[in-house]
Amino acid sequence: MTEGLKGASGDGAEPLLKLRGIDKHFGPVQALFQVDLDLPAGQVTGLCGDNGAGKSVLTRCIAGVHQPDHGQIYFEGQPVHIRSARDAAALGIETVYQDLALADNLDIVQNMFLGRERLRHRLLDEDSMERAAAETLSSLRVTTVRSIRQPVASLSGGQRQAVAVAKAVMWNSKVVLLDEPTAALGVVQTRIVLDLVARLRDRGLAVMVISHNLNDMFEVADRLAVLHLGRMVVEGPAADFDRQSVVEYMTTGGSGGRPVEPAGTASGEG
Amino acid sequence: MSERDARTAVDPTAAQDVAATEVPPEILAQSLGEYLRGWWLRVRGGNSGVLPVVLAIVVVAVTFQIANSKFLSPQNLVNLFEQSTVYMLLAMAEIFALLLGEIDLSVGLVMALGSVVVAELVQPTGADWPWWAAVLVALLCCAAVGAIQGSLVARLRMPSFIVTLGGLLILEGVAILVLGGSLVSIGNSRFSNEHVLYELFWGTFDPVVSWILLAVLAGAAGTLLWLRDARRRRDGLEAPPRSLTAMKIVFMAAAGIAVVALCNVNRAHFGTIEGVPYLIPIVLVVLGAWSVLLQRTRFGRYVYAVGGNPEAARRAGVSLPAVRTWGFVLAALTSGMAGVLFASWQVSLTTNIIKTANSYVLLAVAAAVIGGTSLFGGRGKTIHGVLGGLVIGGIYNGLYLLGVASQWIDVVVAAVLLAAATIDVLSRRGAPRQA
Repeated sequence: MTEGLKGASGDGAEPLLKLRGIDKHFGPVQALFQVDLDLPAGQVTGLCGDNGAGKSVLTRCIAGVHQPDHGQIYFEGQPVHIRSARDAAALGIETVYQDLALADNLDIVQNMFLGRERLRHRLLDEDSMERAAAETLSSLRVTTVRSIRQPVASLSGGQRQAVAVAKAVMWNSKVVLLDEPTAALGVVQTRIVLDLVARLRDRGLAVMVISHNLNDMFEVADRLAVLHLGRMVVEGPAADFDRQSVVEYMTTGGSGGRPVEPAGTASGEG
Repeated sequence: MSERDARTAVDPTAAQDVAATEVPPEILAQSLGEYLRGWWLRVRGGNSGVLPVVLAIVVVAVTFQIANSKFLSPQNLVNLFEQSTVYMLLAMAEIFALLLGEIDLSVGLVMALGSVVVAELVQPTGADWPWWAAVLVALLCCAAVGAIQGSLVARLRMPSFIVTLGGLLILEGVAILVLGGSLVSIGNSRFSNEHVLYELFWGTFDPVVSWILLAVLAGAAGTLLWLRDARRRRDGLEAPPRSLTAMKIVFMAAAGIAVVALCNVNRAHFGTIEGVPYLIPIVLVVLGAWSVLLQRTRFGRYVYAVGGNPEAARRAGVSLPAVRTWGFVLAALTSGMAGVLFASWQVSLTTNIIKTANSYVLLAVAAAVIGGTSLFGGRGKTIHGVLGGLVIGGIYNGLYLLGVASQWIDVVVAAVLLAAATIDVLSRRGAPRQA
């Protein structure tokens, strides 16, 4: 019921990004089986799963790093083929990887525009880039940095994450994938990042957060999706879950009282 | 680290208030104090800038002046600058490789190649080419060497240390072959092409012309700097405070006046040698061109990105092989320019050039690192090469004045290099890094 409400406030019934029947294997290892996933606009979808559940592979399939063997990705209702990170960026899909991919020696503005520098008379248009970067940062209320001309090396973990996220949303992106955004962050830093994620949702972006931390997940996610050994075992509004059931889905692929659609991998009692 | 966390721990509450004013006041570091704090942050972050090398220059100057009162005489200072120019150019060349996180051990021998090619091509009894064609072809030869080495490093990912060491040894042979085993001289002023080449290093502007050039240059540079900072302040962008901009301009003008005044003193024992050497504008043009290339163009930005985090650059769509290859081409091209000046400086070239060139490799790295360029990639500027070259030239010159044996000079230079590398390592370790 909450989903219906949220969906209506977003982009109608059709989710912005829709995955259907995604299969991916690497040699003999089947990483994803028939995975379905919806990422509606204006909502945060939390992707949970134990190590090796296929979270990263699924993310990379959306980001264009891997191509699924079978299945179809729909973007705004249209079937699309995402063959490279460039294709993903063209659609408005940006990924913030766990390592953030920031160059320590460059300052915040230089990092945010890396690879997409603005030029004027064949020279870098620093003024316009600095202005745009400052606008993006202040619209995300990232105001704790002392100076946007300081090298990224001098930032704290939360600030670096914030810069990486700001870099991702700068390009009118519609879908943002965040890989473990709060790993290795302290309590206060985590707070900053979770607030930032909430602001992305308020802007109407479809956000997917991958995390091991269920506290963070329940705090920020509107919907949860749980992967177990490459299968999507459950997907639904976060309000329908409690911590206990999510842990069971993650560890055994099933939950005590709930029936699970693909009953394949669950080993029985849970 | 804990101090840093504590600071941000206070911030979130403050951040809400700040957000209301859209642009946080921290971004517009306006007062001198704020600006200096920001600068200190950069120093802590491993970008110590030119401060250490300026201190080194002061130490060198004071030490040698105390030891020998001739050191800071106008004659010796101009002499010192002239001797340093080849080091400066080689250091500027090496900086391209160091910024990429690579090393180019062949800069000295590429310089030797440039020297012998340009000298051979203007020989009236040999090729007898016009001087400009000879210079052009010498530079092209050097750039081609850089392209080959760069391709091996960039596309096959061979260690640059090995590739350029191989290049060095091959070029030793090539340079001797080009030289033909005999002495080549460009000192005969009856042949205009030889004469132009000779004048590159030894020629000077008329004292009056020197002053006019300085006025034009300083006026233009000062105006541009002032206008740029004023525009950035007006647009609410990060800019140094007005007082600092003014200080910079005044300092620049004063330095220029000092240089021209020094150069205009007659420094000949017999007759007159006075005026600003052509070398100064040559160094300034190379410095300016490479600074613009590295600081203001997309290519330059990618050089820093590749040196700082190649994976981030790759994901941002930067072609790593192209950037790396061009880096080595530019290093070799700049070494070629050093070679043309070296030929002009030495006037006659013998196979001794191999020995000299080999010793210059270390000096080039030393000058770049002493100037403040990091050995670990991504940190450094072209100006560091010029300042570092000046330190190396100063040490050589000063120790020669004192009559110190050359083996001891090498020991001192090596010690200074190790000291600079230590600072580089320590400042890198001091830089806060996330896992």
